Amino acid sequence: MAFWVLILGKLSEKFRPYGLVAPQLLVLLIFLVLPIALIVIVSFWQFNGYTMTPAFSFENYTSIFTARVYLDTYLNTVRFVSLVWGICLLIAYPVAYFLAFHVHRLRWQIIWFVICTIPFFTSNIIRMISWVPMLGREGLVNQALLQLNIIQQPLEKLLFSDFAVVLALVHLYVLFMVVPIFNSLMRIDRNLVTAALDLGATSFDVFKDVILPLSRPGIAIGSIFVVTLVMGEFITVRWMGGGQSSSVGYLISNQIGSLQYPLASANAVILLMVTVLFVAAILRAVDIRKQL
Amino acid sequence: MSNISRRRVLQTGLAAGAMLATKGCASAPETSTGPTVITNKIKDVTLRFIGTGVAQTQGIKEKIEEDLGFKVEMTPLSTEENNKKAITQPKQWDIFDGEYFSLPLVIPSGSIQAIDIKKIAEYDKIVPFFTTGKFDGMPVENSQGTAPYKVMYLKDKDSSEFADGQTDWATLLPFQYNADTLGWRPDLVGKEITSWAQLFDAEFKGKTSILDIPSIGIMDAAMVLEAAGLMTFGDKGNMTQEELDQVTRILIDKKKEGQFRAFWKTFDESVNLMAAGEVILQSMWSPAVTAIRARGLDCQYGPLKEGYRGWGGGVGLSKNLSGIELDAAYEYLNWMMDGWLGGFLGRQGYYSAAPENSKKFMEDYEWDFWYEGKPAAQEILDPFGTKIADAGAVRDGGAFKERVGNVVCWNSVMDEQAYLVQKWNEFIAA
Repeated sequence: MAFWVLILGKLSEKFRPYGLVAPQLLVLLIFLVLPIALIVIVSFWQFNGYTMTPAFSFENYTSIFTARVYLDTYLNTVRFVSLVWGICLLIAYPVAYFLAFHVHRLRWQIIWFVICTIPFFTSNIIRMISWVPMLGREGLVNQALLQLNIIQQPLEKLLFSDFAVVLALVHLYVLFMVVPIFNSLMRIDRNLVTAALDLGATSFDVFKDVILPLSRPGIAIGSIFVVTLVMGEFITVRWMGGGQSSSVGYLISNQIGSLQYPLASANAVILLMVTVLFVAAILRAVDIRKQL
Repeated sequence: MSNISRRRVLQTGLAAGAMLATKGCASAPETSTGPTVITNKIKDVTLRFIGTGVAQTQGIKEKIEEDLGFKVEMTPLSTEENNKKAITQPKQWDIFDGEYFSLPLVIPSGSIQAIDIKKIAEYDKIVPFFTTGKFDGMPVENSQGTAPYKVMYLKDKDSSEFADGQTDWATLLPFQYNADTLGWRPDLVGKEITSWAQLFDAEFKGKTSILDIPSIGIMDAAMVLEAAGLMTFGDKGNMTQEELDQVTRILIDKKKEGQFRAFWKTFDESVNLMAAGEVILQSMWSPAVTAIRARGLDCQYGPLKEGYRGWGGGVGLSKNLSGIELDAAYEYLNWMMDGWLGGFLGRQGYYSAAPENSKKFMEDYEWDFWYEGKPAAQEILDPFGTKIADAGAVRDGGAFKERVGNVVCWNSVMDEQAYLVQKWNEFIAA
């Protein structure tokens, strides 16, 4: 570090900015660009059952674009993403709103926040395992519903189903939505709210015309978190879906498990592009940089 | 300093990077201790094992270190990870504890070296279906799939082709194997399970499971489909593309009808599914049955009329072993044949490659229960002290010969392996 500062000092004004970005650039090149480039290269290789051979073949891509199963899996993944995103937003916004506008003392805001993070005190795997005695055929929920005579037969769909996958994903990622929204709500100048009220706006108007537009960057950032995280999910899908539902991430992990690196790479490249498209769409809808 | 061009900065940076990179390479440990120093150096040897969980346990590690004097590192992996590591990271291990079915993938990768059977003192004690393919004329002699005997020998020391008959060069030295079948919860199933076909019975809809490892799952699926009369195979162990298409189609239909509750990849998943009552009938591995019984639940692991699906595990030596480390590895192989390990694994229900040697390390009543299929003369405990069976209980499926002799197919790698994996993924993703 000191060495680098020394070099920077010797550089002329003109080149100093280049020197300043160099370390960051180097890190990104080595840990981001290089691995992705390797994945792209391998995605054109061929696989013969136990080993891969360097080649430049579109075989992997054609098989992905022609087999029905891939389309279905991508659609299913997008379905998971939109469900999880929508539910996270519906839950996160009121929570963030409450924390930002109805909890006035900093201490209480911190306490509530810590409460929000309690699910994260345990590992992801343990949280998922604990859903089984909760949702299983003989689990707590079914037992309770049976006892209350609301149902006569245990509900099978609670576990190892799309419902279970979405539930676990929302549980996992809702906090990633709460935090950015809370952050952008806190930045809103309270005088704007007072001014709007003075000018005769109802509290609904205030929400619709002042608070919601000003919290858009928070929603956008939270959405980027949730969308990118869910797009690549595989372990939750595998555990909660019991192998019954699929996602692209799960498909890739299966292919890696059977050594099909080229095909897995091709899938990873496509998944990356789809995810980037989603993020681009979000950024297009909300100019985060301008509004931050 | 203003005459430094941007290119110059880049060049310096690249040169510095290259310098750092090469420096990193040079500092790699120099491992090649020449073969000249043999005097008592075996104590400094560390053999790194990779394998599936079964034999990668602390008790075994301690015993090896105590008996042989060198150090052992064990890494338990899932079946898929184990094969993957064997093939793609050959420098990360010395001894591969894997299954015979992985060999059509592992051998061409060149990561293991042939075992010289002349250096294995008790090679002739090994159960003959490994070494000669024979077993008293029982069905196992004509079993389909990647039977151990088919991939037991290489043509020559440095060959990567399997030999048709016996040679002096073995791929893996066998040490544990078993006959797998369906397991069920008698209290929840409520009837006798006698055929693989019952996995598709309508009354068990939403309560069955099958394992999600292509080379193993496909064989269970084939047993079910064949038994149910849904399709016939030329050779289950080496299906054609058309056969794979048909298997997958039927499986996907069954999946869409809701026949399966879930799929499992690891041993403990299968235990949890069954112990929680989510699944009441599924393809299973024998230690999982033991684990469920250890929780006080009844679980049966039945002989089915179509026979068993077999698997065989053995250990292979890394290509990178030489000199004193190779000597240590051969010492280990001979120790393995000696019987302690067979006895240890035998008390968990696995069979030993050289049963008569293992017998020395088991109590008579244990031998009678595990190998002879006789009622337990007293309570049966596993090596960790957990009760497996009450006095009077009989092992499911009976005697060694009855069970292993009726293996009709083995976990398989097929000629159409890549296609199999692709179709299997379609089934899981459907």
